[in-house]
Amino acid sequence: MPMKSGDDGKLPRPSRRGFLKGGLAAGGLIAAAGGVRAESDPENLPPNVADWSRYLGPGVDAAPYGVPSEYESDVVRRSVEWLTASRESSINFTPLHDLDGIITPNGLCFERHHGGVAEVNPTDYRLMINGLVDKELVFTLDDLKRFPRENRIYFLECAANSGMEWRGAQLNGCQFTHGMIHNVMYTGVPLRYLLEEAGLKTNARWLMPEGGDSAGMNRSLPLEKALDDCMIAFKMNGEALRPEQGYPARLVVPGWEGNMWVKWIRRIEVGDEPWHAREETSKYTDLLADGRARRFTWVMDAKSVVTSPSPQAPITHGKGFTVLTGVAWSGRGRVTRVDVTIDGGRNWHQARIDGPSLDKSMHRFYYEFDWDGSDLLVQSRAYDETGYVQPTKDELRAVRGTNSIYHNNGIQTWHVKASGEVENVEIS
Amino acid sequence: MSRFRERFSRLAGVAIVASMMSGPAVAGKFGIGTEATPEQVAGWDIDVRPDGQGLPEGAGTVGDGEAVFAERCAACHGDFAEGVDRWPVLAGGRDTLKSENPVKTVGSYWPYLSTVYDYIYRAMPFGDAQSLTPDETYAIVAYLLYMNDIVTDEEFVLSKENFASVRMPNEANFIDDDRPDTPLAGTQQPCMSDCKAEVKITKRAVIIDVTPEGEGPEGASVD
Repeated sequence: MPMKSGDDGKLPRPSRRGFLKGGLAAGGLIAAAGGVRAESDPENLPPNVADWSRYLGPGVDAAPYGVPSEYESDVVRRSVEWLTASRESSINFTPLHDLDGIITPNGLCFERHHGGVAEVNPTDYRLMINGLVDKELVFTLDDLKRFPRENRIYFLECAANSGMEWRGAQLNGCQFTHGMIHNVMYTGVPLRYLLEEAGLKTNARWLMPEGGDSAGMNRSLPLEKALDDCMIAFKMNGEALRPEQGYPARLVVPGWEGNMWVKWIRRIEVGDEPWHAREETSKYTDLLADGRARRFTWVMDAKSVVTSPSPQAPITHGKGFTVLTGVAWSGRGRVTRVDVTIDGGRNWHQARIDGPSLDKSMHRFYYEFDWDGSDLLVQSRAYDETGYVQPTKDELRAVRGTNSIYHNNGIQTWHVKASGEVENVEIS
Repeated sequence: MSRFRERFSRLAGVAIVASMMSGPAVAGKFGIGTEATPEQVAGWDIDVRPDGQGLPEGAGTVGDGEAVFAERCAACHGDFAEGVDRWPVLAGGRDTLKSENPVKTVGSYWPYLSTVYDYIYRAMPFGDAQSLTPDETYAIVAYLLYMNDIVTDEEFVLSKENFASVRMPNEANFIDDDRPDTPLAGTQQPCMSDCKAEVKITKRAVIIDVTPEGEGPEGASVD
């Protein structure tokens, strides 16, 4: 099969030639959604009885920490090596095309590091609060766990998600165009409790969270947001944060760009003015066509993408009833509606949102239809509870130009060909 | 008892302030955490602000900076801060911000000099962070000012005292976030049927095919 993946984490993209040659012609053997589908063995099929129905399988504790089926081995994060100069200051992408529901499994949450993963010994973990407070404090991890806890599901999206697409369709796969996002349930303590414990001075207006990694990641966070809904989290999806997600504790800044969610957080300084750190001046500012640049562009606007069909998830069954699915989210609140088109925007249909619809969390949508086997131009358009509607890429370019890098939430188009193969395109 | 009353009155006072300006609250109600010692804070408090707050004592010249830069920085950033491979270019790029290929350097883009000091001290050299002395850091920053023609005197000395007086050329070109900048649903109800007569494919990813698998040409960096 042409869709075999490597263990090197590189894209197992079906080559176009391979797809056409071995793909549909192979009929029942075709791989679904880009998976490593083993070749079918007639001995397993009715009326025969498969080995797994006959013999004992592995017992308990075969894997004390469970891992996915070997047949799911290509459901992995992947990177685009030419994007960055090193692996330690780099990014990889969540395989959105292989996922469903709204929760991202911990091992598939995309990674973005600026100085590699800090390998923090939890016994030696400390969180310091200093600056404009009555009492400068140091908390241990055990201290943090003594505060009243909250559980919240939020998406985290890198501001550069879809950043490679400003000038036009570039990468073939929603993993690469939209995979700098994950959606996780965090367990942690409201940041407000920690700040109140230190006692804020009356002139406190800004915080500077700082990471304990070798990049010392620092950003300026307005106090109002910190007191509203920020958290210090130490669990994700019920278990300890993964090292690459900030173990043992990270900042959660709901709805705002991922760079602010400082991992391995070691310190919060309280001040009266912003710091204008490197990550909020040189980076994570949005250069406009006229040479000016927007700064402090924190909120992630409403956005959606069809995850299947998509270039890594072609339609493999030929014409007939099919399920289109995707995800939508907004940093301003709940997604209230998603529209889908399969004819390039001539006609739109309201998609069905299924599963929890939560504030600043990913939403799952579906649109089922009977595919007649002809070419499709597929798009989705999200609305949020503030009345925001996801713009087209051309609408964004008209206001911002093409040099912004960050905050590209424009509508994505997939071209589904008669073969079922899908490519990333833009349309008139 | 008196402690309780004191805390109570403190809270009450803050509640009034908070209701007036929805500002900070004070409490310490859980009694969790240990007071930080001045030594602990000094060891970790490394940030520097545009007004100079946080700068340590120290100074460095352009010439000192050239030597330190050659030893500690040039392997990635080049002898003249021009950048090696995909590592960041630190100098030049003036008058490119409106172009098709903006070159965002310390001189062409960064609004505040304090950012240069703060970032170099906390994160550089890459893989050996917080190893520079304050004097070395001042010297590197002075060298970068020189390489960006912001200072022209090779004898220029950058110090805690004159640091905040240096202004960066692009400072005025940063504006606050003015999104949403596209039409809202309330003002323009999106069309649902017969919205356009004709649809054409205008761009295709396969044309520049840079999806990993083959060679990677230049693309917009996220870094």
